[in-house]
Amino acid sequence: MSIRKDPVWVQWSLTALAMLALGGFIVLPLVAVFVQAFEKGWAAYVTAVADPNTLSAIRLSLLAVGIAVPLNLVFGVAAAWVITKFQFRGRDLLVSLIDIPFGVSPVISGLIFILLFGANGWFGQWLADHDVRIVFAVPGIVLATVFVTFPFVARELIPLMESQGTEEEEAALVLGASAWQMFFRVTLPNIKWGLFYGVVLCTARALGEFGAVSVVSGHIRGETNTLPLHVEILYNEYNYSGAFAVASILSAIAVITLVLKKWISHEH
Amino acid sequence: MAAGTFRKANILPGFGPALGYTVFYLSLIVLIPLSAVFLKSVSSTWAHFVETVTAPKVLAAYRLSFGASFVAGLVSSVVGFLIAWVLVRYEFPGKALADALVDLPFALPTAVAGIALTSLYTENGWLGRYLIPMGIKVAFTPLGVVIALTFIGLPFVVRSVQPVLADADRELEEAATSLGATRVQVFTKVIAPMVGPSLLTGFAMAFARALGEYGSVIFISGNLPMKTEIAPLLIVTKLEQYDYAGATAIAVVMLVTSFVLLLGINMFQRRTRRYMEADEA
Repeated sequence: MSIRKDPVWVQWSLTALAMLALGGFIVLPLVAVFVQAFEKGWAAYVTAVADPNTLSAIRLSLLAVGIAVPLNLVFGVAAAWVITKFQFRGRDLLVSLIDIPFGVSPVISGLIFILLFGANGWFGQWLADHDVRIVFAVPGIVLATVFVTFPFVARELIPLMESQGTEEEEAALVLGASAWQMFFRVTLPNIKWGLFYGVVLCTARALGEFGAVSVVSGHIRGETNTLPLHVEILYNEYNYSGAFAVASILSAIAVITLVLKKWISHEH
Repeated sequence: MAAGTFRKANILPGFGPALGYTVFYLSLIVLIPLSAVFLKSVSSTWAHFVETVTAPKVLAAYRLSFGASFVAGLVSSVVGFLIAWVLVRYEFPGKALADALVDLPFALPTAVAGIALTSLYTENGWLGRYLIPMGIKVAFTPLGVVIALTFIGLPFVVRSVQPVLADADRELEEAATSLGATRVQVFTKVIAPMVGPSLLTGFAMAFARALGEYGSVIFISGNLPMKTEIAPLLIVTKLEQYDYAGATAIAVVMLVTSFVLLLGINMFQRRTRRYMEADEA
């Protein structure tokens, strides 16, 4: 007996309704970014993107990515290894603790570092005495970025490695491989796509983080402005085409992220 | 696992160093910094704490944050279920593209979403120019906050419901149909109980995320005192006035709420998983 299908008119109207909602809520804002970015033509777009303040924002965003992603990558692999290949007490607790940054408001993620390193913070006096600036300076931005992107790689690897079990690694060891040989020849090839997608997500979030970085940055133009903060400044100055021009760079990266995800899940 | 042993025997290497590094890095980046918030809130007096979090402006912000997040979670649940349903059950041109686009709110920086949504709903915006003459104001009203939070919440519901719907055993529906169940009965008696837990999880995740959301909301809300100020914005305002204790007090209430929520989700998921596994066995 075949499964009863919904009548064609039901299928059509539900599909139309769903796509209308998807279009209105999700696609329209994306289209709006690109249309408004190019509203004043190519020349205005290039001027906005090539502005020295935009370029310095790009540099700072890339610096934050360059530090946050490798740190969280190494952590993600170590954490996923322990959590998925061994049974030990406190394992579930460890998994929950790793998720914490997902549950913390971005604003609170920034507040944390102000409380630690701000003028009235725990280490504020000591830092002032030694002339070290963390908050309202580049190190604060990097720290906040590391915090908000903390779980991404681990979260991507844990379910993947859980499903792969331990047999292949055990076989490698029994056949005489050293620990690192086992890791590089067996484990790494097995997890490379999950690892890659974790890095993609981590990078996208590090580039796009707004709330946490906004709190710790102090908004010093040309110095502590990341790309999303630069978008905010341009927007608040009523330079809409400039704001959307810079926003279009970030949106393009978001679209690339989605394409990579589709491609990875399709290939593997 | 034998009683009293910390870990089960295993020949794989690296347990010690990997665990040590994991715990060290977790403590350094997350646990110790986060404890600063709680210690800071303890260092101020209880009276000051209560005074801060019950100030009219703060209460108005909590009301808006919780209310708008709840409404946005409900809208996300209805719309998200519909999208998941269509993506799993029907074939139509452009389906793969639609499926990929669902994740856009995860990938798009919140500030970009914020200015894009605002531009749609202002007087000259693509949607605002039709809605405002009809008397529907979205930008700079609580409705705008709901719209922004729905944008943020939708993918949580779709991605939570979609796999469950895809795995659902169609034979149960067949059986119900052949036993004479109507279409509505099949939906309420067979499909709803299967999908219900995942829908609730999606709702809770969307709600928890919406509570703390900042970037996508502050542009469209307009930040009018007592009317469209969300709780995270008040934290930022207090920090700008160097009122660390005040900012921390507001933050602690939000942190505790979202941790309780996430813990609830976690326990709920574990229970349903165990139930499903027991069911299969």
